[in-house]
Amino acid sequence: MKRVIFLLLIVIIGFIGAGCKGKAGQGPAAKGAVTTELESSDGEPAYGDALIEGSIGEPSILIPMLASDSASHSVAGQVFNGLVKYDTDLSITGDLAESWDISPDGLIITFHLRKGVKWTDGIEFTADDLMFGYKTIIDEKTPTPNKEDYLQVKKAEVLDKYTFRVTYEKPFAPALASWGNAVVLPKHLLEGKDITKIDFARNPIGMGPYIFKRWTSGQEVVLDSNKDYFEGRPYIDRYVYKIIPDSATMFLGLQAGDVDMMGLTPIQYTKQTNTKFFKENFQKFRYPMPSYTYMGFNLKHPFFKDKRVRQAIAHAIDKNEIVDVVLFGLGSSATGPYVPNTWYYNPDVKDYEHNPALAKELLKEAGWEDTDGDGLVDKEGQPFEFTILTNMGNSLRNNTATIIQWRLAKIGIKVQIRLLEWSTFINEFIDKRRFQAVILGWSLGFEPDQYDIWHSGKTGEKELNFVSYNNAEVDSLLEAGRRTFNMAERKKAYYRIQEILADELPYIFLYVPNATPIVHSRFKGIKPTPIGISYNFHKWYVPKKMQRHSMMEQ
Amino acid sequence: MLTYLVKRILGMIPTLLGITLLSFFIIHLAPGKPTDVMTEMNPKITPEAREKLEKYYGLDKPIYVQYGMWLKRIVKMDFGESFSTDRRPVIEKIWDTKQKLIDRRLFITFFINLLSMFFIFIIAIPIGIFSATHQHSMFDNISTVFWFIGFAMPSFWFALLLMMFFGIYLDWLPISGFKSMNYESLTLPGQIWDRTRHLILPVFVSSFGGVAGYSRYMRSSMLEVIRQDYITTARAKGLSERTVIYKHALRNSLLTIITLLGLSVPGLIGGSVIFENIFSIPGMGQLFYMSVMTRDYPLVLCILTITAILTLVGNLMADIGYMFADPRIRAK
Repeated sequence: MKRVIFLLLIVIIGFIGAGCKGKAGQGPAAKGAVTTELESSDGEPAYGDALIEGSIGEPSILIPMLASDSASHSVAGQVFNGLVKYDTDLSITGDLAESWDISPDGLIITFHLRKGVKWTDGIEFTADDLMFGYKTIIDEKTPTPNKEDYLQVKKAEVLDKYTFRVTYEKPFAPALASWGNAVVLPKHLLEGKDITKIDFARNPIGMGPYIFKRWTSGQEVVLDSNKDYFEGRPYIDRYVYKIIPDSATMFLGLQAGDVDMMGLTPIQYTKQTNTKFFKENFQKFRYPMPSYTYMGFNLKHPFFKDKRVRQAIAHAIDKNEIVDVVLFGLGSSATGPYVPNTWYYNPDVKDYEHNPALAKELLKEAGWEDTDGDGLVDKEGQPFEFTILTNMGNSLRNNTATIIQWRLAKIGIKVQIRLLEWSTFINEFIDKRRFQAVILGWSLGFEPDQYDIWHSGKTGEKELNFVSYNNAEVDSLLEAGRRTFNMAERKKAYYRIQEILADELPYIFLYVPNATPIVHSRFKGIKPTPIGISYNFHKWYVPKKMQRHSMMEQ
Repeated sequence: MLTYLVKRILGMIPTLLGITLLSFFIIHLAPGKPTDVMTEMNPKITPEAREKLEKYYGLDKPIYVQYGMWLKRIVKMDFGESFSTDRRPVIEKIWDTKQKLIDRRLFITFFINLLSMFFIFIIAIPIGIFSATHQHSMFDNISTVFWFIGFAMPSFWFALLLMMFFGIYLDWLPISGFKSMNYESLTLPGQIWDRTRHLILPVFVSSFGGVAGYSRYMRSSMLEVIRQDYITTARAKGLSERTVIYKHALRNSLLTIITLLGLSVPGLIGGSVIFENIFSIPGMGQLFYMSVMTRDYPLVLCILTITAILTLVGNLMADIGYMFADPRIRAK
């Protein structure tokens, strides 16, 4: 008996040993080879190879209008196109629509569709498909959080095979961008079917640069290039969306050659990828994300009613310090609710430099002074003491709160920090207005309309002006900005809003984080712009000599 | 014996009901709703839209009504549809008949745990016996220290170390996933080999802690037994040491291990949640983690029910194993 067990052990050890030897030298991770290849020149664009993108989350559904998570949208975005899209300068340009006319009163938008675009099953794409998609999304029975923009449409009509017209009740500038979300669906495949119960959701047919091939739950989604894509055949033959739920594992996968592209955390970007290996094999990118983090005040609270108090707090905080410490420098300080390098961003608004002396002065003006010598400023016998709430599990926000706590202590304000689980935070504190100050973030895309956040009519429960900001001029400017399609007029309105917000400070705008993707250096043709890097994914290529994966498998 | 078994199985039903009841209420007690992911802090959502979504998922009804509805469906073996946007039946997510057996989530988790149990058994028992029979020897001392380190080490951290060493430094084994990029183009033996290579690290990590624990149990249980009078009797009547240990002592010392193995099922499945996430193994543990995060109630409850059933079955098997090993119980 003893011998049998001993033998079994030997067999197992031998088995593991053999397993280890099997791979040496084969497989994609033969690093030496890659390095030498890279020394050769850029090379011509060529078809072939595959890109593997790592993702923490798994897509849930590949019909864009039903999806509500970013993983689903990024995969579905390769399979479907919208009518319009953002150009690299953030203006709106045609995609499936070749052009469009907006009536002078701004109520009617007429889209002229591109001719000859085909669904990948060979049927031509027409205005009927668009109508079908529109009708599906506004249908009562379609469960989706994305329908709001389309419910604004008063009338939609198909004029001919390539012309589609929508009429709005009131002019609505964000409407144009909303048609960039892929609302089109193949009518010939889906008509009369219940959209929530179809195989199409996991096996979609689109007209985008890539064709859906396979989805293995929990592992990967595989797309192959659409050789008949209307903007030309994509160079990279295959796109693999690989699901790796643990970010440390994904980072190891990058080094082992399992992953070609992923988003890095600040520490990975600044510290862990500075080795020779990464410099030789990878290219890193960095651009502002369309989002910002802020500290918002409850403007109904007696402490924060006075603008001077808010300005004092702004002067006490050093935003650059927060960017350096919390984001490892991978971001920029924010001056308003918009991201730098966008057409609606006003570069001339006043920023609050770090100046504790001035902060103290402002507090004094507002009646806050340390009268009893305990180190805290007080007014009418009440010391200045408040709590910042933020959500649990977000170390960036938590660290930001800690730095603010320390900075405010220096001007005599005592801050408590309380971390709350997300749902509790929103349902019990934000919605019920039970807070003094919060640290939160907004991520809003490239549409400047922020009516829901700043308009004084949006302060009800569950509405987003939860700080109860109320300014008549801002209200009318918000209204003006969404009621015209004229870029110059919109710009004027949004510039002015930024000036007012910078002066009144309903929030202290803290920072705009950077997106920090990393891509293997064999991929060429990547051009970073304000809208990121993946907008021209179908034009990325790998020179023939550097190609790693051959598409033998059919 | 048959009546005993029937009684045991019938006794499992109320236990199972109790478990589902508790699970149902506990998961609903956690703050947040499945619709939160879609609706909270989303500028594009109106209150009416939110209500509609909640109604769509049946979340507007009182919780006991929701439980009643859920139970009614479960009796018919219908676990309902997932609350995530894809609305697939939850059973299909766990046991997708369109996929090959090896790619079905429940199978993957079950298979890996079975493998781990197997390795735990065949490694921990010999080590435990050897440590006990050579108490205070060099081997015993070293293995004591070694296994205590193993027991104390967090498995996610250990896994990352192994991945760095075998996956990047030596480049022998794949880091994560359950198959390679070129899997479809491999021959059948190649495919089996590919899967095996992907399984080595996860199975090693998931059985390592188990081996550490069970070898200790085995050691102490063996030490206990060899101090008994009947072992002295066995030795006194001139049996060889081998017969004494493997024939008389082993069977009795295994009783503890059998009980523990029966109880280890929930622990193993809990462990799956961790290592399946780290190694990107598309099993039930990974799905469970994701479903809890999105408050996908039907999916969470389905997995909890399956786990409960597996645990109860594990206990039953332990009892049956006990009957074989212990004649005193068989006699009853």
